[in-house]
Amino acid sequence: MTPDHAHQKAGGGGEGTLPQAWGGPSYELRSSPEGDGGLLEISMGPQHPSTHGVFRMDVVLDGERVVKLKPVFGYLHRNHEKIGEGTTYLGSMPYTDRLDYFCSLTNNWAYALAVEKLAGLEAPERAQYIRVITAELTRLQNHACLGGFLLQDMGASGTPLMYAFREREKILDLFESLTGARMMCNYMRFGGCRCDLPPGWLEQARTVVAEFPKFLDEFESLLNGNEILMSRTQGVGVLPRDLAINASITGPVLRASGVNYDIRKAEPYGIYDRFQFRVPLGDHGDVYDRYMMRVLEMRESIKILEQAMAAIPGGPIMDPKAKIRGFRPKAGEAYGRIEGPKGELGFYLISDGSPNPCRYRVRPPSFINLTVLEDMCLGHHVADVVVILGSVDIVLGEVDR
Amino acid sequence: MDEQLRHELGRQGIFVTTLEELYNWGRKNSLWPLGFGLACCAIEMIATSMARFDLARFGAEVFRPSPRQADLMIVAGTVTKKMAPQVVRLYNQMAEPKYVIAMGACAISGGPFKQGYNVLKGIDRYLPVDVHIPGCPPRPEALLDAFMALQQKIAQQSLTGEHRPRHLRADVPGEFPVPVFGAHDLQPPSNPQVWSAPQMRRGEGA
Repeated sequence: MTPDHAHQKAGGGGEGTLPQAWGGPSYELRSSPEGDGGLLEISMGPQHPSTHGVFRMDVVLDGERVVKLKPVFGYLHRNHEKIGEGTTYLGSMPYTDRLDYFCSLTNNWAYALAVEKLAGLEAPERAQYIRVITAELTRLQNHACLGGFLLQDMGASGTPLMYAFREREKILDLFESLTGARMMCNYMRFGGCRCDLPPGWLEQARTVVAEFPKFLDEFESLLNGNEILMSRTQGVGVLPRDLAINASITGPVLRASGVNYDIRKAEPYGIYDRFQFRVPLGDHGDVYDRYMMRVLEMRESIKILEQAMAAIPGGPIMDPKAKIRGFRPKAGEAYGRIEGPKGELGFYLISDGSPNPCRYRVRPPSFINLTVLEDMCLGHHVADVVVILGSVDIVLGEVDR
Repeated sequence: MDEQLRHELGRQGIFVTTLEELYNWGRKNSLWPLGFGLACCAIEMIATSMARFDLARFGAEVFRPSPRQADLMIVAGTVTKKMAPQVVRLYNQMAEPKYVIAMGACAISGGPFKQGYNVLKGIDRYLPVDVHIPGCPPRPEALLDAFMALQQKIAQQSLTGEHRPRHLRADVPGEFPVPVFGAHDLQPPSNPQVWSAPQMRRGEGA
């Protein structure tokens, strides 16, 4: 059912206003003719087994159908931007790890890119290759976990998630031997990377990447044609193409609606213009397409990884102009953006010549992708809300910052 | 009881134990955590329950979505001032005996976000914490270590006498007042029953 249907259905019968406890402007809502005229308002979260993190939704239900949905944020607001304005440029690097805690390396890269633009630095060749390799490994483990969590929400309790985490652990082992931490890598620096690849790392990474398609084949053969998965996801949570563009949705959610926009292709950063890969596009924009986008993107990431690991050159990993102590970029502003696993992740920085940024702003993909949650959920069952939320792929550290 | 006698009886096929040991043995091996993630540490908590680290070895893999069915709260992540009332309310809804593990720097003290205006500086201001795990985030091994520490703590509890646990005493409350998310800060800023500001004593020690 499309959102338009939902509006028509909700507008079919007697009138009713929302309870006072709702707060905000009072909405005129009508109930369906077959119902008894009563609307039920439930609060899902912040502690709910299916919300991803401390996310709360105020859902107004007509029977089982959603007629209104209001996301409530802020349960994990950790003052990221304010702290970023109070510390040095480098001091914010560990905080970016904790934005989207699944993908610390891509967060690092986006922030490093913004500061490099501000200060006029450029990472040397080898560092660029290392960045691509780590970012694509991050994308692999993020998308694998998303598949697991999505299926967990649909009631496939445990098994797909266990498979996904088994693969994730292998990638985390690589991160740990490279950066010293499993999740909070804090690896990139302005003008390069913190340390070079340890001996034997590339061979280990090649093994992990070579084995990954086996996991994908297994994952896909178990799930793609699964009847329950298809009936729960096909035609559910459709995001129309125009709405997706107007709401500035990015990442796999946008591409599932059939819009060909990938920053790696549209505005190549780093060295992405050197690699051969395709951008998968969806056709229907429903939950199933969003799930398939992730699976297909993992296949493309493997291609990029294979090319990057074959071509990685030797050489330095830091720009010789880069300095850690007394780092004061000249006054100006810069916006650095990358195609993160969840969408366009951008950092906007204004410098006034002091060691701290004057303004530090994050453009979080999860948060902006969430803005269409209501449009996707209207008219669907309350059980589908859980699946639709899972398919958007949010991380609350990034939504609330 | 005499260790030698117990050994001798065991050789005859008679196993003797105390009610206390049996009770604690049962409790420590079936801790059911509340499926409750706040931030980054929750991912490591999930990783702990997955195949490689396998929390099921300690009888604690059953993450319950409802606080009524859980007896261990793992505070995994940053507790913000908006979230703190909910955390205390969840704790109050859990049935006795109940335990709290504060996982990660944020849950202990606010961690890297301590300077933030919206971050609670440690959940122990409102709840009695049994085990603290440092780390940002702690590794799954650290969480397993905390489980073992908690199991040892449970095994050593005596059921009678002065030091019996809270759930066997009528005079000690098992529920704590829920703070209010006020205009400027949480009201009250801490619960004096469980937390007092550390005293700086000058001239002593050293």
